[in-house]
Amino acid sequence: MQLAAPSFLADLAEIVLLTIRVTGVALAAATLLGVPVGALMAFSRFPGRRLLVAVIYTGMGLPPVVVGLVVYLALSRSGPLGTLGWLFTPAAMTVAQTVIALPLVIGLTMTGLEAVDPQLRLQLRALGADRRQESWAMLGEARSAVIAAVVAGFGGIISEVGAAMLVGGNIEGQTRVLSTAIVLGTRMGEYSLALALGGILLALAFLVNIVFIRLQHRPPWWLGR
Amino acid sequence: MSKALNAMILPMLAVLLLAACAPAELAVLRLATTTSTADSGLLQAILPSFKEAFNARVDVVAVGTGQAIELGQNGDADVILVHARAREDEFVAAGYGLARSDVMYNDYLVVGPQADPAGIQGLATAAEAVAAIAVAKAPFASRGDDSGTHTKELSIWTLEPSPDQGWYLSLGQGMGETLQFANESGAYTLADRGTYLAQRENLPDLIILFGGESIAENPDAKLYNPYGVIPVNPELHEGIQAELAQQFVEWLTSVETQEQIGAYGVDRYGQPLFYPDSEPYRQAHP
Repeated sequence: MQLAAPSFLADLAEIVLLTIRVTGVALAAATLLGVPVGALMAFSRFPGRRLLVAVIYTGMGLPPVVVGLVVYLALSRSGPLGTLGWLFTPAAMTVAQTVIALPLVIGLTMTGLEAVDPQLRLQLRALGADRRQESWAMLGEARSAVIAAVVAGFGGIISEVGAAMLVGGNIEGQTRVLSTAIVLGTRMGEYSLALALGGILLALAFLVNIVFIRLQHRPPWWLGR
Repeated sequence: MSKALNAMILPMLAVLLLAACAPAELAVLRLATTTSTADSGLLQAILPSFKEAFNARVDVVAVGTGQAIELGQNGDADVILVHARAREDEFVAAGYGLARSDVMYNDYLVVGPQADPAGIQGLATAAEAVAAIAVAKAPFASRGDDSGTHTKELSIWTLEPSPDQGWYLSLGQGMGETLQFANESGAYTLADRGTYLAQRENLPDLIILFGGESIAENPDAKLYNPYGVIPVNPELHEGIQAELAQQFVEWLTSVETQEQIGAYGVDRYGQPLFYPDSEPYRQAHP
């Protein structure tokens, strides 16, 4: 990874694309799992719910390195899932990042839905909506908060380095993402390169957040309203 | 869409296409090694010729020696290249690895602030130098991370210092970070010469106080830093690339690769970062 190398641009493109792929898939998985679970948590009452909420809130502060270590131990050849052969591949990084983002998406979706006026629910019922339609309408009402939940999940994993390093291995051309490349640049004493990569990471996050903000204010038809 | 964006899309598409067309049946060897061999740029310089000769990709996982050995024990690497002789021998003796081969060496040095408050410059041995630091209670930054360098440092102290003595700072960080810390806080530290040379321009306040300007000037043989390569025992875990690992060891210790190792860094630092030292190389250069 040297600035002078002719393949530098190709290497950079590869790193950026892998960052988008790993974080994108992890975020999609965390959203598809987390939003329904968050909605279920917001709409239902059951014994032990408070305890579960406390667990989810604690999960929002999960240290990425701890997640990385647990995922490493699980995917190691001497671990229970070793036969998958996922260790030091983008799949392992995606799994770790999904675990990191999931509590953020669940917790914030839940609080967002709880803030919706309970009257809306009664009105929907009076209008004859079934449970599924009711939940969907409530999610639409809390759209901004749900998108904010996804944004928080995104912020938690795009710049995450502890787990990505541990289960990805920062292998050149295979599992090197922007955050791990920044650590490597720093370790190698290539500070200007590390800073430039940091700028690219921030620009990428900025672009993605612009898209999210657009979704908050002018939703496409499939997000309701 | 702006012209600049348009101009970027084509190369990006080209990269995607190239990535998609890459030959899929490339064998993969996983090498767990220390940060010093990877961060110095050595592996990047020599590995392409392995890929060419054996049609195999080497996935380099660069971690501390402690973690590299752990990866080998768990079967998560096919071969390890590390520098902590006693622990390498334990690794082999315990059956985790097959035979160890010499690969190369460089040396360690003690760097510190120009003012040299402990007065270690000109002392005869590394043990005397660190003893002087302890007597002066001058700040000493230890890697403290179970790495090869940390292991070496612990072997130099005659009276092992403890972190609650105040001046002995156990950082738990990599070599680059530790050097940076020493530079900023006026501390002494033990560093391998390769990493120090590679980082030198970012460390304006540190100078070499023990170990000399090159390995030939290093007065203490105890600061010798040999690297060994060990294939992981394929009988302990499924899926170890035993044959490829053996080929890698033969390639790494071959005279041709050894000469490449010896030439690396000379143009940039005025001296090699690693000195070739394999059995075949020694036989060819008695």
